[in-house]
Amino acid sequence: MTDPVSAALGLGGYQPLVPALLLGVTALLVLLVDTIWPNEQSNTLLATVTIAGSLASLLVAGAQLFLSPEAATLFDGQLIVDGMSLFFTVIFTSVTALVALASHDYIADRPNQGEYYALVVLAATGMTMLASANSLVTAFVSLELASLPSYALVAYLKDNRGSAEGALKYLLIGGLSSAVFLYGISLVYAVTGTLTLAEIATVLDAGIDGSLTGVLGIGIVMILGGVAFKTASVPFHFWAPEAYEGAPAPIAGFLSSASKAAGFVLAFRVFLTAFPTSAVAGVDWVLAFQVLALITMTLGTFAAATQEEVKRMLAYSSIAHAGYALIALGALTGAADQLLVGAGMLHLLVYGFMNTGAFLFIALAEQWGIGRRFEDFNGLAKEAPVACTAMSLFLVSLAGLPFGGGFVSKYFLLLGTVLTSSYLLAAALIVNSALSVFIYARVIKAMWIEDPVPGRTIEEYPTGLYAAVVVAAVVTVLLLPGLALFTDPAQLASNALF
Amino acid sequence: MLIELLIAVCLLGSVGVFLLPDRYAPRLSFGISVVAIAVSLYMFSAFDGAGNALLEGGKLAFETNAHWLSLGPYDLSWHVGLDGISMPLIVLSTILTSLAILSAWTPINERKSQFYGLMLLLEGSLIGVFGALDFFVWFIFWEAVLVPMYFLIGVWGGPRRKYAAIKFFVYTNVASLVMFVGFFLLVMGSGVTSLGLPELAQQLATGSVSSVGGLSPQQVKVVAFFAMFAGFAVKVPVVPVHTWLPDAHVEAPTPVSVILAGVLLKMGTYALLRFNFTLLPEVAADYALVLVAIAVVSVLYGALLALAQQDLKRIVAYSSVSSMGYVILGLVAFNLYGLGGATFQMISHGLISGLLFLCVGVIYNTTHTRMVGDMSGLADRMPITAGAMVAGSFAYMGLPLMSGFVAEFMVFSGGFSATFPHAQLLTAIAMFGIVIVAGYYLFAMQRTLFGSFRVATDYEITRAKPHDIAPLVVLIVLIIALGSAPELIFGMIQDAVTPMTELTHTQHAAMGSMELRDVASTIGGVVR
Repeated sequence: MTDPVSAALGLGGYQPLVPALLLGVTALLVLLVDTIWPNEQSNTLLATVTIAGSLASLLVAGAQLFLSPEAATLFDGQLIVDGMSLFFTVIFTSVTALVALASHDYIADRPNQGEYYALVVLAATGMTMLASANSLVTAFVSLELASLPSYALVAYLKDNRGSAEGALKYLLIGGLSSAVFLYGISLVYAVTGTLTLAEIATVLDAGIDGSLTGVLGIGIVMILGGVAFKTASVPFHFWAPEAYEGAPAPIAGFLSSASKAAGFVLAFRVFLTAFPTSAVAGVDWVLAFQVLALITMTLGTFAAATQEEVKRMLAYSSIAHAGYALIALGALTGAADQLLVGAGMLHLLVYGFMNTGAFLFIALAEQWGIGRRFEDFNGLAKEAPVACTAMSLFLVSLAGLPFGGGFVSKYFLLLGTVLTSSYLLAAALIVNSALSVFIYARVIKAMWIEDPVPGRTIEEYPTGLYAAVVVAAVVTVLLLPGLALFTDPAQLASNALF
Repeated sequence: MLIELLIAVCLLGSVGVFLLPDRYAPRLSFGISVVAIAVSLYMFSAFDGAGNALLEGGKLAFETNAHWLSLGPYDLSWHVGLDGISMPLIVLSTILTSLAILSAWTPINERKSQFYGLMLLLEGSLIGVFGALDFFVWFIFWEAVLVPMYFLIGVWGGPRRKYAAIKFFVYTNVASLVMFVGFFLLVMGSGVTSLGLPELAQQLATGSVSSVGGLSPQQVKVVAFFAMFAGFAVKVPVVPVHTWLPDAHVEAPTPVSVILAGVLLKMGTYALLRFNFTLLPEVAADYALVLVAIAVVSVLYGALLALAQQDLKRIVAYSSVSSMGYVILGLVAFNLYGLGGATFQMISHGLISGLLFLCVGVIYNTTHTRMVGDMSGLADRMPITAGAMVAGSFAYMGLPLMSGFVAEFMVFSGGFSATFPHAQLLTAIAMFGIVIVAGYYLFAMQRTLFGSFRVATDYEITRAKPHDIAPLVVLIVLIIALGSAPELIFGMIQDAVTPMTELTHTQHAAMGSMELRDVASTIGGVVR
């Protein structure tokens, strides 16, 4: 399936890869611009190139998703572009565009701008490749491509101790979990003799030597560890609060939304394609995900409840949301599998906007220098009503109240747990959501109801950051009715995995 | 499409008011709310619905039913439409919001565009609650009401506003979750494929319920009934989950109290009527005694609490608990009089409690106190306000010619002719609530309005401004209009509740021959 444009460009059969290629080219273009004009005046140009590149990629991925979501495999089955990978590419590119728009103001007075944008786009490229990875080895390479720029980005504020500390912690745990992941891959290869996901399933389906079940089990658990790191789930979650807190706020939003989604697409693809429950009867990874989901959401919520700083609270809330999305894998018992995976995808889509938006609001607060604690946000709505309205919408939607798409996607997750009789997960989802309302309400209460902090004045209203926050808020709200657009693609994409 | 138009006017108006500077907000929001009244009155005049929205044979007015999204086994649809129960409630919402906005002109002095924007957001959500016929759409609006209300109490409220706002939010949000679980249990048991309320009601009326998660069919029904009842009871509210109400009322600014008492409480009784009593009437009949006991306790305990208050706003707030008890009594009676009277009481109480809160607000604006002991003889200085307050109090006591009389008369006739055990005795006990109401309102009026003039606070007592008086006059006119000509809305109410009574055979034979509409016009004729 080629069209004249791709034919003219010599893209031929690589047309499905256009979104990823666009991102890769954008990263190179950013570096080129930075090489030609290596001074700080090129910030606007760099941001423009980044935003244009990610929007172009978003447009192509969206068009492919809605118009021709047939699966195409490339490079002898190493990569696959299907509804699932396009759906997640839409998430990655939207978040990248928002983050780049917000970063324009955030890093305006800081050095190394070219590298910053290039690393963001490279990480996004890695995530897009990860969504298309169809073998364990491309998955690993893509995972590293997504992770390495992230370490550097967290350390971007290199004079700031929190930034350096968070990056070091992130790097160490990331390195460890990469090693674990790789070792898991080698064990799975040892058992099955192949790295392509579909072939692994075929081999496992045909039956393996009983004595190898243990090896396979260890391999699967180790791969699960890699997923847990990338999604910031228990037990590899403890890098997240420090990394998110220390990182520049737009990067924290990027990591907690896009990078987390990348971990989930890896999990969906690897576990559903390579290790379908019917083929690996001896290794109950569904139960493992169920336990992880329960612990992750509960730990995230309760830890968020005890925080004194807003950004740290959001970091833990991001862990809790990883727990919610893990329900998509933890409740798989055959009764509502497509619904669950579809619901997980929809939740990650909405989360991409509401969570990024919330972190971008924190970026705004950091620009204003008003401080990090809840009290520092007191009465902010009097000075910045529009930004505070947007932040309130993000928080309300994160809490699962019906002012944004978060309500609908959580409802689908809940429906999935109920239909599969996973009542424990359902109860945990309800209780944690109910509790989270009051955690998020603390910020809302501080901004709107408390008296303003005396002597605080806000002097500048950075256009790019404001635009990014408002766009994220508008999309979050529009996703309440508009999620209808994405249910069919999500459904088709998840159907293809079973 | 008119319901969508109404909601869109409120929501878009809300965004516009929110973004414009403070100085435009009061007039602009009032203008928008008047447009909403005009639309709702046009809908009222063009109303062509028949029967009950949820039950077979119901013909909905202004219906839209469009598929929204589906994932998993249940289709979600944008399904809105009105019947004789929801139509008057929508008119009530638009009128009361408009009057509340007008009454906010004097007391609300800061962050005006946010205040009026939230009022319109609240109005749009309330219209959505009464118009929605798909559970999911309904639940979105139901929850959406909480957020503007939280801000309206929390930002513009009195000294303990933070406590009151969070208490309101916690109570109602937890209640919503309990209700949600109950409803879903019922959905799963009934085996429907969409969350449309008409589909569910008709399925439950004809088919049987299957067991869910280890509960037998009968248990599913009972658990669902009481989970939903618990959820709605908080909103109504009934004793013992009423404690958020006085706090919320006392701390909320007057315009917000008007909406809270006038429309928000009706969300609870409306939902009880639509969900518990339409979907599961046989469970309601089985447990009638329990429900009536809750109603009677609410009536009497609410009234006694009101008797013990010194704060005028608390008096009106607790008397609302008492009045909502009558609504539940009428619902449990489950005959034409009971259901029709309960629905009429929702409208009537909305108008009367709105009037009384507005009076208290007008008095507070000039005296800066609401304590009964702090003032006396206000009638000399504020004759119109005092007159309105007397009118409102007598309407509450059920003076003939006013809407309260019609509503309570209906509820009591329904109660006396009901078939649950000891119906007559329990209704007679509940009627004592009226006596207590008369006691505390006469007492409060006598102390504050009459006698020699005295105010404990150091403010000059002036006559209220025209835009404060206008809402009082409008409400008095409406109360008298509905009291002397109840058939104005009774026709459509009767039309909508009659199919419900046919769900079970609790209808009393002796009363069956006489149409409710006839009784309504007879009452009108007698008092005229």
